[in-house]
Amino acid sequence: MNARQSFIGQSVARREDHRFLTGNGQYTDDITLQGQSYGVFLRSPHAHAKIRSLSTAAAEKAPGVLGVFTGEHFKAVGGLPCGWLINSIDGTPMKEPRHPILADGKVRYVGDRVALVVAESVEQAKAAMALIEVDYEVLPAVIDLKTVNSAAAAVHDEAPDNRCYLWQIGDKDGTDAAFKGAAHVSTLTFRNNRLVPNAMEPRAANAQWNPSSDEYTLYVANQNPHVERLLMCAFVLGIPEHKMRVVAPDVGGGFGSKIFLYGEETALVWASKQIRRPIKWTAERSEAFLSDAHGRDHLTTAELALDKDGNFLGLRVNTTANLGAYLSTFASAVPTILYATLLAGQYKTPKICCTVNAVFTNTAPVDAYRGAGRPEATYTVERIVETAARELGIDPAELRRRNFITTFPYATPVGLTYDTGDYDATMRRAIELADVAGFEARKAASAAKGLKRGLGYSAYIEACGIAPSSVAGALGARAGLFEAGEVRVHPTGKVTVFTGSHSHGQGHETTFAQVVADRLGIPLEDVDIQHGDTGKILFGMGTYGSRSLAVGGTAIVKALDKVIAKGKKIAAHLMEAADSDVEFSNGVFSVAGTDKSVPFASVSLTAYVPHNFPHDKLEPGLNENAFYDPSNFTYPAGSYICEVEVDPATGVARIERFTACDDFGNVINPMIVEGQVHGGLVQGIGQALFENCVYDEESGQLLTGSYMDYAMPRADDIPHLTVETAKGTPCTHNPLGVKGCGEAGAIGSPPAVINAICHALGVKDVPMPASPHNVWKAIQAAR
Amino acid sequence: MAQITLTVNGRSVTHDVAPQTLLVDFLRETLRLTGTHVGCDTSQCGACTVHLNGNAVKSCAVLATQAAGAQVTTIEGIAAADGKLHPMQTAFNECHGLQCGFCTPGMVMSAIDLVQHHDCSSEAKIREGLEGNICRCTGYQNIVKAVAQGAKAMA
Repeated sequence: MNARQSFIGQSVARREDHRFLTGNGQYTDDITLQGQSYGVFLRSPHAHAKIRSLSTAAAEKAPGVLGVFTGEHFKAVGGLPCGWLINSIDGTPMKEPRHPILADGKVRYVGDRVALVVAESVEQAKAAMALIEVDYEVLPAVIDLKTVNSAAAAVHDEAPDNRCYLWQIGDKDGTDAAFKGAAHVSTLTFRNNRLVPNAMEPRAANAQWNPSSDEYTLYVANQNPHVERLLMCAFVLGIPEHKMRVVAPDVGGGFGSKIFLYGEETALVWASKQIRRPIKWTAERSEAFLSDAHGRDHLTTAELALDKDGNFLGLRVNTTANLGAYLSTFASAVPTILYATLLAGQYKTPKICCTVNAVFTNTAPVDAYRGAGRPEATYTVERIVETAARELGIDPAELRRRNFITTFPYATPVGLTYDTGDYDATMRRAIELADVAGFEARKAASAAKGLKRGLGYSAYIEACGIAPSSVAGALGARAGLFEAGEVRVHPTGKVTVFTGSHSHGQGHETTFAQVVADRLGIPLEDVDIQHGDTGKILFGMGTYGSRSLAVGGTAIVKALDKVIAKGKKIAAHLMEAADSDVEFSNGVFSVAGTDKSVPFASVSLTAYVPHNFPHDKLEPGLNENAFYDPSNFTYPAGSYICEVEVDPATGVARIERFTACDDFGNVINPMIVEGQVHGGLVQGIGQALFENCVYDEESGQLLTGSYMDYAMPRADDIPHLTVETAKGTPCTHNPLGVKGCGEAGAIGSPPAVINAICHALGVKDVPMPASPHNVWKAIQAAR
Repeated sequence: MAQITLTVNGRSVTHDVAPQTLLVDFLRETLRLTGTHVGCDTSQCGACTVHLNGNAVKSCAVLATQAAGAQVTTIEGIAAADGKLHPMQTAFNECHGLQCGFCTPGMVMSAIDLVQHHDCSSEAKIREGLEGNICRCTGYQNIVKAVAQGAKAMA
């Protein structure tokens, strides 16, 4: 038998590219249905106000208007649900105020939905929207995180101190004791700046009700259509789940912001039955800034206790986390389960305690954004570790190495068990790639030009896969966290795979096909990957938390195992051999020790033309499902090194070199993995240097509501990145040995950048974003 | 309403348009050429970039009536008639210069313009030339690589 080349580890060019490169992608806004109507949302101009009166009479009579809907119409349905219950230290459950589809007597952030206007065209809907009269009684806005718990106003009556929960993890007394015996304590207070995810495709939805079947179809830019359907049907609108189809077609990036169930698509679905017409809504970018769930926004004080040799003794963290005006779908889990459990980082810190004060403010809801809690944890750990190193005069790489976890499995003091890793290996390799040895010479060259050069490290770890369900359930998750897959082998041996994972840039149609073609020994062209449609896919939890290959890919592998097992039995019958003697390799079933063999396509044909078939033992057909619920998270980790040059005259910090060495376990498609790292790094560099979502602290107005005010990283802001994927330590508990790569760059990079700038300037801290203004202020303050 | 006639991807088209209709909306809604995308409302993102008389323009910043009599090329019009991809399209595929694909049409149209009319002799020049197009997925590295490769193939 000829040995055929494995598809695993090959940089196969992406199969989905052709449609995107020729303008044939089909995003939600590209879909126009028969009888299409258009919806626009009237949004609150105030951060916090009572609605004294609301009149839609004039709007309803405006040309082309098909319907005007307000909070009154949605009083009888549920509010938007939150998927994770967090309990406070005293055992009381988090405050869960109603999150209405359209404002119900009160608006709580600028951009809060007040009314939906549906008309024959967007222009007519907008013209009618201008005729809606709202009388607002403006209330004080709660914005400032430093004073939020004693603010003059309460965002929700249920939470007079604006606190959603006060949560804690770790050994408080043990941690306090560790600090008492410390030789050195480093302390740092900082803001993890608020970000707007900014997927390039704005959110969009198109909802249709079919009067003949009483079924709804929702096209929506979303990362997890089954979750969207479940939440909308079961918790909000009461539509039977089998009467709703959710399609997430081509989706132009998500980064978390398209995980959530939003009020916009919910209102559209409900209204589509009222007006008996399909309704399309596409956010304008300014609407996206106001109404997409934002990310990060923590105010944190971290303290690290060390002994005289630089061994970490304890880490104490206090964080105020901004949840915004309402609890978005996974908002409560981000600053707790996805944050504080990562505070061990790569280190054997024996005692850790983290307290989280989660608060409501009059700002847009805050939820998961690329990394979701783990960037905040990494920033906390890697900034305080680097600060300690500089304070003690120990090389930052050496201090890290002294404290690295080196034996696995390792149970951290904050609830996770790392299965495998080699942190010293990625650190050593990053140091080589970054030419740290040549830094002093480059620094001298910069100094000769009057510029300051600095080097910053970050050794990150993340928990990906977001599972297992039983553990997540014990921690408050109100959802399962498995994934589903189906392998449908057609009579000719061609294969369609249906996955509950959703691809919105990750390249699943290529990577998953590589896994399938490799296992079945068939050409890549014979495999098609389907996703994003509840009408086709049996179930799915969707794509977030770098989970698609580790969880969704494994579900496919399990279904493939079942296909091969059944295929062996069919082949045994055809070859008149015992089932146990049949082997499968390179697309051929054979009997060990003989020259008998049948190709995969003969077995598949037999399965569907079962003339000569073991009917007494098997059903015809070759189609298998699998659900996979992992036994643990996966733990990607790596080391990043950033080198900056700062002009002290202007405060401009430019990244001269950025080096990443990541351990993702096994890699299926290195090209796609590198692309994911590039994108993550630039989002993290964006957070560190450019991006900042700012609300006016008095009025609560969003001051950064367009690309003219919110600085997105552009091509000429970014240096050439040096990215290497380490040979790696394969994940020990999934059959692919993969860990996930989607968020690493965004998680690991911000502290590397800020550490480098602090090193260059010899200052303890520079706030993110390290804009020229912020850097210049830090320089002046240090004088 | 005003009647306009223009050439789009080599075909002459005549339509009535409202005076405020943007070229991008005319392309997307009237001609159903949905490959050209709208990613912002301030002419910053470049997802709507098309060629107007051979030059890259942001079609959200051009009125449809301004394109009367002009030659417009969109992402749908750059491959050969037999379906063979333009060298820049091929380069984006080979270099993994796209992920979600939303900024891609504008990025490819800008890249072709960059090669045809501007200096793309170095990585720094290419990065400078792509300043008007925002991508959130790729971190730009593979786009820059694709433009360099596409430029060679177009030479």
